[in-house]
Amino acid sequence: MNFNIPFMRFRIMASILSLSLLVISVASLGLRGLNFGLDFSGGTLIEVSYEQAADLSKVRDLMTNNGFDDFQVVNFGSNSDVLIKVADKDGNSQLGDIIFNFLQEADSKTELKRIEFVGPQIGSELRDQGGLGMLVALGMILLYVAFRFQYKFALGAVTALAHDVLIILGLFSIFAWDFDLTVLAALLAVIGYSLNDTIVVSDRIRENFRGERGFEPEEIVNRSLNQTLSRTLITSFTTLLVLFALFFFGGEMIRGFSQALIIGVLVGTYSSIYVVANMLLALSITQEDMAIPEPEGVEFDDMP
Amino acid sequence: MNRFSFWKYGLILFVLGIGIIYSLPNLYPSKPAIQVAYTDSGKSADQSLLNQVNEILNSNQILSESTGLKENNIVAKFNSFEDQLAAKAALQKKLLDEVIVALNLEPSTPQWLRDIGAGPLKLGLDLSGGVHFLLEVDIENALDNRLESLLNEYRKKFRDKRINVESSKKDDQDIVFSFISDEDYSKALKIISEDNVTATGALLYDLKPNAIRNLVQLAFSKQAIKELRDYAVGQNLMTLRNRVNELGVSEPIVQRQGSSRIVVELPGVQDTTAAKKIIGKTANLEFRLEASSTTSRLRKEEFWFQDERNGSADLEKNIIVSGDRVTNAKSGFDESGFAQVNITLDMQGGRAMQKATNGNIGRRLGVLFVEQKNKSVLSLDENGNEVIKQSSYIEKKIISIATVQAVLGTAFRITGVGSPQEASELALLLRAGALAAPMKFVEERTVGPSLGKENIELGIQSIIIGLLSVVAFMLFYYRWFGLAANFALLANVVLITGFMSLLGATLTLPGIAGIVLTIGMAVDANVLIFSRIREEFKAGLDPQTAINEGFSRAFVTIFDANVTTLIASLVLYTIGTGPIKGFAITLSIGILTSMFTAILGTRAIVNLMYGNKNIQELRV
Repeated sequence: MNFNIPFMRFRIMASILSLSLLVISVASLGLRGLNFGLDFSGGTLIEVSYEQAADLSKVRDLMTNNGFDDFQVVNFGSNSDVLIKVADKDGNSQLGDIIFNFLQEADSKTELKRIEFVGPQIGSELRDQGGLGMLVALGMILLYVAFRFQYKFALGAVTALAHDVLIILGLFSIFAWDFDLTVLAALLAVIGYSLNDTIVVSDRIRENFRGERGFEPEEIVNRSLNQTLSRTLITSFTTLLVLFALFFFGGEMIRGFSQALIIGVLVGTYSSIYVVANMLLALSITQEDMAIPEPEGVEFDDMP
Repeated sequence: MNRFSFWKYGLILFVLGIGIIYSLPNLYPSKPAIQVAYTDSGKSADQSLLNQVNEILNSNQILSESTGLKENNIVAKFNSFEDQLAAKAALQKKLLDEVIVALNLEPSTPQWLRDIGAGPLKLGLDLSGGVHFLLEVDIENALDNRLESLLNEYRKKFRDKRINVESSKKDDQDIVFSFISDEDYSKALKIISEDNVTATGALLYDLKPNAIRNLVQLAFSKQAIKELRDYAVGQNLMTLRNRVNELGVSEPIVQRQGSSRIVVELPGVQDTTAAKKIIGKTANLEFRLEASSTTSRLRKEEFWFQDERNGSADLEKNIIVSGDRVTNAKSGFDESGFAQVNITLDMQGGRAMQKATNGNIGRRLGVLFVEQKNKSVLSLDENGNEVIKQSSYIEKKIISIATVQAVLGTAFRITGVGSPQEASELALLLRAGALAAPMKFVEERTVGPSLGKENIELGIQSIIIGLLSVVAFMLFYYRWFGLAANFALLANVVLITGFMSLLGATLTLPGIAGIVLTIGMAVDANVLIFSRIREEFKAGLDPQTAINEGFSRAFVTIFDANVTTLIASLVLYTIGTGPIKGFAITLSIGILTSMFTAILGTRAIVNLMYGNKNIQELRV
């Protein structure tokens, strides 16, 4: 496949799109916040399965009759599986057992699938750790890219990553999807993936800047994007293939994970084309920026 | 051009061989098995128990595949789950509470694989089913108790030395004494300074003497708090291990996490309520006076000694102090070199002890060890079948009885406890009975066995579907080169499994997701290489040079791209817990193995296909 798409002609439009998505995401995060899953919010979650389709209103009545008021009862995966979440401020670790006991009393065929209890301080610790981890990962990647390429690339790469992460977080906030530990893991995997793309594109831009003289930066960037486009598309495609396999066949427990990654791969592919290139042009990258010697190339040349 | 030297093929085959051998154990299904251990954790299983087990199995005509000694247990493997359950029932009926019988799955790895240390992947709780608890040791509470009893110790010491204390109080984390005369102040300061050393020789207190106002302010030093925390957590860890032992779970994990938390993982446990009860229970101590000859029969009870050879003794029904008031117990020696146990109570305990012993000097004081135990009894159900019924009961036994020689307070000692070893055992019991510091559950995750099984099935299903669709796409899009990439991809999956088994890493559901993701992303390296080869070929290079250039030019890009993903997954490993760590591990291993297979492996196959041949056309 050979492409010759004038990507950079649309860079203003892309910037506007990215910025408005970012503004919406940040606004939603600020106003609505994230719908934290159990891992971060603390509380008790219990999943049971019935022989037949479960009567949710009956389960709700049971909960109310046993003195619970702040809870959610929903189907999980199939209509015979029920997930009950209890927001519990005091961190009572007995709730799961208590609830399962009266559910089983009401219907002896009830089968326990899982109970999760996360105390309030663990939840807030995980929140802090997760946020910190994200920043540490971004910081270390910034350093690595700055060390291997040049600070303008590093800024571009980290902007692209922040862009991807914020938009995914924004979507999770807008649609109030559950944000739990597996989604956080997916976000870090997205960072890794999106960076893959970014580095491939940056690598090519660097190579073309070094090899060809007398072209406008915009032209070189555009050519580089086209040269790497078929690879970008194929890799995104194979990754999406496996992610959809996970989404449809991997079960309910990692659906949030695959969902976040699918969005991440799509946004990441877009950002590696537009965000990085845009940043480089906005920082007015020049031929001189590339003129640093490339010691690593020499070392690796005789490798296969 | 494009030929590999012999050693490169050798290296690839060698690594692949290791991967295959170490992933082999995963193909052998695990066998239902039972583990038999003595209830008394001090006794380890021996030949006589093995003989007994074999005899019982034979007499009940239960066919076992193998029985043998493994660490402290007898392990018997069976060919069916029915046999496994029948064996458990038969053994329990015969041996009742003498042994703990646990059901588990034993890998059926052949001997030659076991000899080289190969074994199947460990499954995380989300795949095997089981319980995960995180307990937090309440150090604040322990510290508070310590400070309280310290205050009382000094009040008593100062009184004994006739030092006039104007006021003494505990103020949050500090103790403050004030004195009227300079002389009292310096005497008291000297006494405190003499004690100011921990077991490891560091300073015990942060001392703030104020000579102008005759004030002494002291708080535990950072080092002392750390030592206290380590002591409390270590103590609780030991107590928990003993309790978990009672549950008869195979391969339990009881581990310290961070500064003051303890993780307990019990794979395969189904009755979580019972597990929680046992883990959270507090074995206890009771201090009671020995009944005198005049004590009415209604107010005394007879108890056996822990060591039944010593017979029994009558104690009063009135409990002076129970074990949760014990803040510390240490063994040591008295003035004439006999072993003794020094006990420290908290303030409330000290007061009660003082009241009870005042006027009872010369009588004997008994220490009772109280434990909740389970008992199995054979009985007949309504159909006349023999069934084993579990009932819990409380057992109280005397661990020590000694004469009261003075009015006792927060700190006292028990002498005449026998050998130094017996003294240290008594101290251990006193400490272990009551936990060194209270604990609470801060996290619990229970996965039912059916969900675990379901997760494995779904995980494997998505690996297969993901793998097949990528393989089909690569073959369709890249033809021969795609075939090479597909071999590399398969080799990658084998290597991930092999290395994870070799490293003893745990597979979790997110870990499976990590493998699936790796499958999708691993072909990226090949896509990069192939695109590059095509480009070089189109630019006018001859096929052989194009292949060579494609591989070497793509390498730097692949390397950079993978290192950054590796950074992200290492960060994930450090912040993640259980299942998420599993994801980070598979992702990291996947990145490393995929670099190996996608670069070296694919190159080897491409070289075999095209190397050293005179080709004009390249279909990439």
